Amino acid sequence: MEKVMIECRGLCKTYRVAKREAGFGNAVKALFSREYELVRALREVSFTVQDGEIVGYIGPNGAGKSTTIKTMCGILTPDAGECVINGRTPWKERKKHVREIGVVFGQRSQLWWDIPVMDSFHLLRDMYKIEPVVYKRNLEELTELLALKEILRTPVRNLSLGQRMRCEIAASLLHDPRILFLDEPTIGLDAVSKLNVRRFIKKRNREHGTTVILTTHDMQDIEALTERVLLIGKGRLLMDGKLDELKRHCSTKKTLRIKYRGQVPKLFEGAALLEKQGFACGEAGPGEDPGGESAGELTLSLDPHVKSVSAAIADLAAQTELLDVSVTDITAEEMVAELYEEYQI
Amino acid sequence: MKAFKSIFLIRIINGLQYRAVAIGEVLMRFFWGLMEILAYAALFRMGSENFSMTLTQTVSYVWMQQILFVLFRGVVGDAEIYSTIAEGSIAYELVRPVSLYGRWFSQSAANRIVPTLLGSLPLLAIVPFMPGDYRMVFPASAGQILLFLVSCVLALGVVVAFAMLMNISLFYLTTHRGIRMIVSVTTHFFSGGMIPLSFFPDSVRRVVVLLPFASMRDVPLQIWCGTLSGADACRGMLLQIFWLGVLVVTGYAWMEQALKRVVVQGG
Repeated sequence: MEKVMIECRGLCKTYRVAKREAGFGNAVKALFSREYELVRALREVSFTVQDGEIVGYIGPNGAGKSTTIKTMCGILTPDAGECVINGRTPWKERKKHVREIGVVFGQRSQLWWDIPVMDSFHLLRDMYKIEPVVYKRNLEELTELLALKEILRTPVRNLSLGQRMRCEIAASLLHDPRILFLDEPTIGLDAVSKLNVRRFIKKRNREHGTTVILTTHDMQDIEALTERVLLIGKGRLLMDGKLDELKRHCSTKKTLRIKYRGQVPKLFEGAALLEKQGFACGEAGPGEDPGGESAGELTLSLDPHVKSVSAAIADLAAQTELLDVSVTDITAEEMVAELYEEYQI
Repeated sequence: MKAFKSIFLIRIINGLQYRAVAIGEVLMRFFWGLMEILAYAALFRMGSENFSMTLTQTVSYVWMQQILFVLFRGVVGDAEIYSTIAEGSIAYELVRPVSLYGRWFSQSAANRIVPTLLGSLPLLAIVPFMPGDYRMVFPASAGQILLFLVSCVLALGVVVAFAMLMNISLFYLTTHRGIRMIVSVTTHFFSGGMIPLSFFPDSVRRVVVLLPFASMRDVPLQIWCGTLSGADACRGMLLQIFWLGVLVVTGYAWMEQALKRVVVQGG
């Protein structure tokens, strides 16, 4: 039976932000009296997460993602609402709660800057009171999976961002947390490091059943890792559903990309041209005219309700010689852009 | 407790890396102490009938003050605590199953002990062998030395507990610069960091010795140079214990309060 791991109901949080007009006069005035503006970071946010799920938490900057994560970590006390994680209210039983969670804030570091990574790990071991046997086992496993062997003795300041992030993730998992909160874990990483991090998170979830809550602006993270997505904007939870459903909600359109040789195919009903690119044929040498024969690449948007994918390809193939065809759904990136627009966030 | 010990240790590991800082510290303390002693010696030559300390006592006071300068300093190297609050990495400290008060207390104490061990203790090897009047004299009895050591530990506790109040105030302030200056000058002056409290006018001194600042430096140093002994020394130490208790309890309660309203911005 599935077990509810996280249950949030009606979370509200308002920040008070000092505001003033620019300029010297106003700065002097602000020394004596300040004006404040209330920013409602969370308005009645409610959701539940099952044990062992990976949930992507997305939204534009300032939407309230980090506020939610920090509330779930027990760092922030909300103004109203309830949150029960693994049977505890995070901000009321902070110390007990945090023993069960691992946290990575991609933009900050939990490792001591001037000393080797290993020393930071030892400190974490003592803070979490991890049993020596468990610590040894976890350290070995993480060292192996995240390829840390060579870097554990290096001071953190000498690590590259990718190496550091692997160490940060290891640091957050030494104490076998049931839940892992990842706040932008791939920010600033190169392609290889991103893939490694994603693969590791997936594996961890599969093998240890760790529940993962992930915030990111990188939609490839979301596509690679999560099935379920929560969308937040202006402090409100706007959508909660499977990634595929969300995509379908936005658009059922397919993107059709073809390379062709021969005459430019004519478009038919249900298709719209997104991008067109001509290029010279392989046979034509430099300076030669490719002749009457043209070639190129077309990107089309296809509405499968008007014309099915196979009919569209058949139609195109009849008109010209197709060299390459690819059909894709809209990308998560496009989906998010559309959602942000739809909700005006 | 083990966690706090580790925090303490990791600070020591961290502090051991900065060799130039240690060398600089030794030179600075030595020359500063020498300069003060030259000034006092000049004063004493002009006539010392009204002084409440002898030159020998004053010299011993100054040297020990220099040796333990960082240990008893109200504001010192807690930069990582300030930046934790200012830059928001406190988020990470709050996701640990450790009391933040205890964590910072250990960290802050270590920040004072490390430079003292590294930078100031070498002075101990020099100043007892200085020529003539410039020599540091050890207390007459082992009992007095023991009282001094216990009083040092208490003083460090009071200093750190007071510094903790300042650290917590940073939750409410945008920058640490202002409060640091205020705390720095007050603790330094009223703890006998500039001149021993014994040289204060009597009426002022009677009040000042009761303040927590006196517990931060004056008591152990007076015990060291012999102006405070026996029952007086014990009274001074009881006052240290009193202030330590008051400051820790206040700080702890205030921290709990502050954490409820903490806002970690950005990221």
